[in-house]
Amino acid sequence: MVLELQKPRPIWQIMFSTHHTDVGLMYLITSLIFLFMGGALALAIRAELFLPGSQIIADSMTFNRMFTVHGTTLIFLFLLPFASAVGNYFVPIMVRYKDMAYPKLNAIAFWMIPPAAALIWLGFADFTWYANPPYSIISAPGPAADMWIFGLKILGISSVLGAINFIVTILKCKHPDMSMGQIPLLAWSFLTSSLIVLVAIPTFAAALFFFFSDRLGVSGFFNPAMGGNPIAYAHLFWFTFHPEVYVLVIPAIGMMYEIIPRFSRKPIFSHSSGIFAFVLLSMVSFSSWAHHMYATGMSFTEKTVFMIGTLAAVPASAMHVFNFIATMWNGRIKFATPMMWAVGGIALFFSAGAGGVVNAAMPLDFQTHDSYWVVGHFHLFVMGTIAFGSIGFLYYLFPYVTGRMYNERCQEESMIILQSQNGLL
Amino acid sequence: MGHHSNWPEWIYIGVVIALMVWVGSEAWNAERLVEHIPADAEVIKVTGQQWFWSFEHEDGTKEIGELHVKVGKAYKFEITSKDVNHSFNIHDYVVLLDAVPGRINTVWFAPKEVGEHDIQCREYCGLIHYNMRGKLIIEEADTTS
Repeated sequence: MVLELQKPRPIWQIMFSTHHTDVGLMYLITSLIFLFMGGALALAIRAELFLPGSQIIADSMTFNRMFTVHGTTLIFLFLLPFASAVGNYFVPIMVRYKDMAYPKLNAIAFWMIPPAAALIWLGFADFTWYANPPYSIISAPGPAADMWIFGLKILGISSVLGAINFIVTILKCKHPDMSMGQIPLLAWSFLTSSLIVLVAIPTFAAALFFFFSDRLGVSGFFNPAMGGNPIAYAHLFWFTFHPEVYVLVIPAIGMMYEIIPRFSRKPIFSHSSGIFAFVLLSMVSFSSWAHHMYATGMSFTEKTVFMIGTLAAVPASAMHVFNFIATMWNGRIKFATPMMWAVGGIALFFSAGAGGVVNAAMPLDFQTHDSYWVVGHFHLFVMGTIAFGSIGFLYYLFPYVTGRMYNERCQEESMIILQSQNGLL
Repeated sequence: MGHHSNWPEWIYIGVVIALMVWVGSEAWNAERLVEHIPADAEVIKVTGQQWFWSFEHEDGTKEIGELHVKVGKAYKFEITSKDVNHSFNIHDYVVLLDAVPGRINTVWFAPKEVGEHDIQCREYCGLIHYNMRGKLIIEEADTTS
């Protein structure tokens, strides 16, 4: 809070506090540390791929370990904690309550992240963020794989605890004079994304148990040598992690809903269509998981069903883009730092979505599947839309939290560099 | 809020939905045609394992790392794996299907011109995944026999 600067508190007081702004700050600092760590791995990966053959990374296994930890880190230790940081800081303020509903649970959810991160980084597993059984069951070396499983398990519990806290804070602790329709869109985004977490995460939590007992050799759920089916893992994994993409993107859209009206100096074009689109997105997020699995040998009927389910997400996403553009329309737009990031994020949201339609269309998917096209599509979403919304909001948040202002010029340059880099992707 | 008219948004949503219906139905129709396997297609059994491809023709001929086929014929691949997940891919002919242990996936193709094309694994399968390649050699149709 602003007053903290005048009379700084010792760091351990912030670390072991259960107040929502302090926990929010801890989430924020943690997520930024992992942004740098995951980003460093990304730089090494790209530098290695600059030329064919092996340049800077000694062997292929080290490279495989690096992209696995890169993906796991940036999804679970940067994007998710960043969203939690913003939610912790603003949701109680926006629903006019003194703190989160369960402050201690909130602090516990945060303190699960460092041990989980330690397990993932010290293990340094090699089987991609998808884990990919039966390879990970019969071939991947322990204890790296087992450490990854427990790391993800702890992060899953942390996400569920956080989601319960957000839902209860918004539904039960909001000011009695405030109707659901009056709740700001940022808080709505946390309500819908937390509901997705509650429905989606337990599936993967179960899959992790199966996966671990398969590794111990006591069961064979995903191991064909023991009569199991690796495709079952694919279903369980994507039933959690396709909705997970929406868990990441919905708060980022919520952050853009804060930034865009402020710097267009106009109210949001339609508050109610924003709420409607959030609810719609949270529902269609569950109708499309198997579009990740066209090439596993699905039948024509299955593919058709999941193509329709995937295309159904487009109108809801398009409603948000319409809302943003209609809010900016005829507004007195000031391209301050957060606005630049938000507008850049919308442009990348559009291109990522357009690429998604290509992936969803069955015959085209067989051209793009398992290729760098999909890697590009995915990064346009996570590094483009979600990180742009998040970083824009970070600049929006910074003066409010610290009472100081950053260097606008320096940051404009960083924005332009990142935008052009995303174009190259 | 409330001081604007909503009709532009409805028109916009209508256009987006119409576009998606068009993309979806075109894709559905194309996939339906592509998946129709010709009745006279010759079966080739494809097996992936760490880290090479092996093939077995209908007449029992076996090949490792190389696959010889003839122009003008249709071939049906029956793809499986011996150990972990792989993905059988002939990029130039957009043939792509996962090789999953304990499961047989089928896809077909008909080579059009004489030539050589790359076969690769397109699903991460461990240490030498990056080099799990093969060669597809398309030969002149056999007219002598």
